[in-house]
Amino acid sequence: MSAPPSKRLRGSGRDRVLITPEGIVLPITLASKGARAGALFMDLAFVTLLQIITTITLASIAFGGLSKFAEAGGNSDGLGAIEFLFVIWMIAMFLFRNAYFLFFELGPRGATPGKRIAGIRVAARANDSGGGRLSVEMVIARNLLRDIELFLPIVFIASAGEEGSGAAGLAGAAWFLVFALFPFWTKDRLRAGDIVAGTWVVEQPRRKLEAMMSAAQAQAQAQAQAGAAEVQHAFRFTDEELDVYGEYELQTLERVLRENRRESLQKVQQTIAGKIDRTDGQAEERAFLDAYYTQLRARLEARMRMGTRKADKFSGKV
Amino acid sequence: MSGAAKENAAIEAAALRSDRFRFEREADWKRLDAIVARMEKGQLRRLSDEDVQALPVLYRTVASSLSVAREISLDAATLAYLEALVQRAWFVVYGPRSSLGSWLRAFIGGGWSASVRAMWLDVLIALAVMVAGVAAGWMLVAGDPDWYGSLVPGGMADTRVPGASREVLMQSLDGTDGSTGLAAFAAYLFSNNAQVSILAFALGFAFGVPTLMLLVQNTAGLGAMLWLFNGQGLLLEFSAWLSVHGTTELLAILLAGASGLHIARSMAFPGQLGALEAAGVAGRRSAQVMSGVVLMLVVAAMLEGFARQLVPDPAGRLTIGLIMLALWLAYILAVGRTSHGADK
Repeated sequence: MSAPPSKRLRGSGRDRVLITPEGIVLPITLASKGARAGALFMDLAFVTLLQIITTITLASIAFGGLSKFAEAGGNSDGLGAIEFLFVIWMIAMFLFRNAYFLFFELGPRGATPGKRIAGIRVAARANDSGGGRLSVEMVIARNLLRDIELFLPIVFIASAGEEGSGAAGLAGAAWFLVFALFPFWTKDRLRAGDIVAGTWVVEQPRRKLEAMMSAAQAQAQAQAQAGAAEVQHAFRFTDEELDVYGEYELQTLERVLRENRRESLQKVQQTIAGKIDRTDGQAEERAFLDAYYTQLRARLEARMRMGTRKADKFSGKV
Repeated sequence: MSGAAKENAAIEAAALRSDRFRFEREADWKRLDAIVARMEKGQLRRLSDEDVQALPVLYRTVASSLSVAREISLDAATLAYLEALVQRAWFVVYGPRSSLGSWLRAFIGGGWSASVRAMWLDVLIALAVMVAGVAAGWMLVAGDPDWYGSLVPGGMADTRVPGASREVLMQSLDGTDGSTGLAAFAAYLFSNNAQVSILAFALGFAFGVPTLMLLVQNTAGLGAMLWLFNGQGLLLEFSAWLSVHGTTELLAILLAGASGLHIARSMAFPGQLGALEAAGVAGRRSAQVMSGVVLMLVVAAMLEGFARQLVPDPAGRLTIGLIMLALWLAYILAVGRTSHGADK
């Protein structure tokens, strides 16, 4: 139904394609290893912090209770209360360790706080039949495997250094490191949990809607025509002058215009003017490039509607 | 006169056709953007009903805007914006459909039992391994009592060691001395057992061998203790003592081991699906079973912490244990028969 997106300046080896049920092809980018590692460390820090805060809070309540208990001469109510606090502590520790990731990844963001900060999220892995829905089972499955990926390697590595662990300890550490380092040798950077759950971790796109380039130019022209200001020199380009470039150059030009840095504007203006043998527009780079951009885009889009696209300047003339 | 309106008219007249296209639809895009942004922040309640109802329609509108824009527009920034917006909206519209509550209902109402039934072969394998573990433990200790120390962790056994008198062993089964500390004990047991069974499951990813080792190791200890109590003619009393929570707990461990094996087996023999596909199907099924395992361990800890200490006589204990076993088996075998295969 919808054509795949034109090649833009991507190409990091992390690009994948997701097909929505409506048949729309969406490009998605897998999260980088750095972003994932950063997110994990942040989450571990948060979990540890939560555990410490909970422990300190409960402990201070318990000590408060203990002194009261001593004052009251030691009836069994005090002990019962402390036992209750211990039960809460036990369950809280278990939940922090196991439910923290679950809870947040099941939310609308599909991401733990650490992942949110890193700008990534969990998604159902796309396959031939398109991208699926992230389900509760997937999130449970991917988080149940954290034990062998994270906890066991740490335990084994820590004990490998100790006396008496010997070769078996080292072998164990190596064996579990294989699983911990899974994202480095799987195709879609899947960790063990992702494989078992059918998920992957992708970048969460965030983009603002930029101003319309051609509209801004039209507006400037309209204002100029309206009178008051001195009439700007309107650059006009012939079809031959426009045909030297294709879509790739158009989008590069768009980027330069949006960045709006004087040096690069000058450089690009000189390049284009040189290529099409124009000598005007030296002092008015911005106006020159705006006009060239709008007219080139109008021409390329018109050809696009006719079904002939020109990818870049090397594409043959039609 | 309104200058803005005049300007807009000028833009519309002069702009590129693709920018006019954008101009006409921009309001919808921005509205969807705002709704999605609020949903991502979890502020669902602050959305008006109107917005919630509009979401699917807006999503489709913007998705079709993207399709059209790809055909007619070369504005890279707008295309990138639309792609990002459609992707974000897609995640929201096709996000986890069920809340945790409704998932739990479907899970209890048959999702869990159906998943257990779907891995019956792994359950049988795990059962065989556990029985073999018990037998091995018994025979090892029967051949050489020195094995006992290495099969049963010391902290847990304390007075229950080879050579202990009948009275000492009997005493260890009593456990009716006071009721304080029971809740704490139950919480500890749950947390510990749940973590071990999650480990047993996760180890399935390492092609199941460590899962099997863990199962054998745990059940060998059980076999050794059975031998010990049998030596003093206390086999029935010990079994009754154990069965209160043991039927539930051993069943949970059995299912955790089976889940691990299920994953291992699906990865080693993916069948018609690709290895990744197969692992995914098995993983999601195992996730259901494992959620049930955690639930069973909560029940087991309650039984172990409270029921066993409050019911001292072997007949009562055995009855509780057998009733629990019957309940679990009936649930697993019977509930959710109609929705069979819905977990796929």
